[in-house]
Amino acid sequence: MRHIAPIFKREFLGYFRSPVAYVFLVAFLVISVSLAFSRYGAFFRAGVASMESYFTFFPWLFMFLVPAVGMRLWSEEKRSGTVELLFTLPVTTLEAVLGKFLAGWAFLAIAVLLSFPMALTVGYLGSPDWGVVVTTYLGAILMAGGYLGVCTLMSAMTKNQVISFVLSLAACAVLLFLGFSSFTETLEGLLPLALADALANFSFITHFDAFTKGIIDPKDVIFFLSLMGFTLFLNVVVLER
Amino acid sequence: MIEVKGLVKTYGHKRAVDGVTFTVKRGDILGFLGPNGAGKSTTMKMITGFLRPNAGKATVDGIDVAEAPVAVKGKIGYLPESAPAYPEMTVEEFLGFIAEIRGFRTAESRRAPVDRAINLTHLAPVRKQSVETLSKGFKQRVGLAQALLHDPPVLVLDEPTDGLDPNQKNEVRSLIKSMAVEKAVILSTHILEEVDAVCNRVIIISQGKVVVDETPEQLRARQPGARLDEIFRNLTRGDI
Repeated sequence: MRHIAPIFKREFLGYFRSPVAYVFLVAFLVISVSLAFSRYGAFFRAGVASMESYFTFFPWLFMFLVPAVGMRLWSEEKRSGTVELLFTLPVTTLEAVLGKFLAGWAFLAIAVLLSFPMALTVGYLGSPDWGVVVTTYLGAILMAGGYLGVCTLMSAMTKNQVISFVLSLAACAVLLFLGFSSFTETLEGLLPLALADALANFSFITHFDAFTKGIIDPKDVIFFLSLMGFTLFLNVVVLER
Repeated sequence: MIEVKGLVKTYGHKRAVDGVTFTVKRGDILGFLGPNGAGKSTTMKMITGFLRPNAGKATVDGIDVAEAPVAVKGKIGYLPESAPAYPEMTVEEFLGFIAEIRGFRTAESRRAPVDRAINLTHLAPVRKQSVETLSKGFKQRVGLAQALLHDPPVLVLDEPTDGLDPNQKNEVRSLIKSMAVEKAVILSTHILEEVDAVCNRVIIISQGKVVVDETPEQLRARQPGARLDEIFRNLTRGDI
């Protein structure tokens, strides 16, 4: 496990050594903030000192933006041949997978936390419930990890970044839509009720919702952590194949 | 040092490597020759633990690659074909990263091996330059520097002189020769004179099988007076 650190460091700094990091961070913050102030977010019209109108778009934003971060993790290594270099260094597949995943996750966490001026704005305009703000940030970061786990897995399956992006987007979309009643109702028509219910439990939205209300339910935390664990396990399997 | 027994690698129904067996002792420089697609790189990838063989086994310093891949990888310096490196890193950062993974944990302990590798491969003028801006010759030398960094007992070099100009080729050859005394070296090449110039053993591989395993002198003696490429052509006719 002691090789995780150098791999993490290389991958994490790798975002900042290329324009990827700056383009991503600026795009993410501009889009997320403008959505909150848009007519759909209704930040001012709501007249409430909360960040709900900011975070409500996160599951949607992540569906597009996390695949953009995750698609390069393995595809780029495979395309450029550095994967051969990496796996002939004395590291295990698990160390490489964890190092890379944690780097991507840390980067996403930074992106989420850089929205702090929004929190300051809310704090300046009113007196928000800071507990709720903190749990929402925690939920957003956990959710980013869940999305990223799915995306790294897709990235490990192909050396083509476009395919990796599209697969990730599709997988993330399914995990997102599972939470909508119209979608689950269709499922209930097709599948036994118990199975449809179980599937609906896999939605990001359902598990993120509680955080935005200030609740840290162990069930939700475990959902995101086990989703990461499971996708990373599959990631190792795919790479060792 | 390196023992390879009956290695087989199949892709679909094609046997890329078909029962390759040989040993390399300390002090040996083994030249790996063969037409493109004969199975040279695949064999090297199995020795270095990147690919898993379908049958047979490779041991390095008595350790089975399949059983303890990490231990074996620690003993090998490997230059993959076309010398891949992370393009956005500078030469120094890249070698520092390799050194850190190779067990030089602190910045201080990394300095000596990185400087040594840079000096050996004459990378000093580009050490602050990012890898993607380097010419092919420099990139190749970065790959070589990365392989030599931890002074490994075993070197596996896939076309080490590819992309170098004649002077650089000469220099890399003498570098390999000078280090080989206490190492076991495998190098693959297309250049037949290279075998004459550096190797003390030659293996020619054709259609995944070893067809020749002898000294360069013995290879020449097969057809006295003939040029090496004529001998090579006769031996690997099946691949054409």
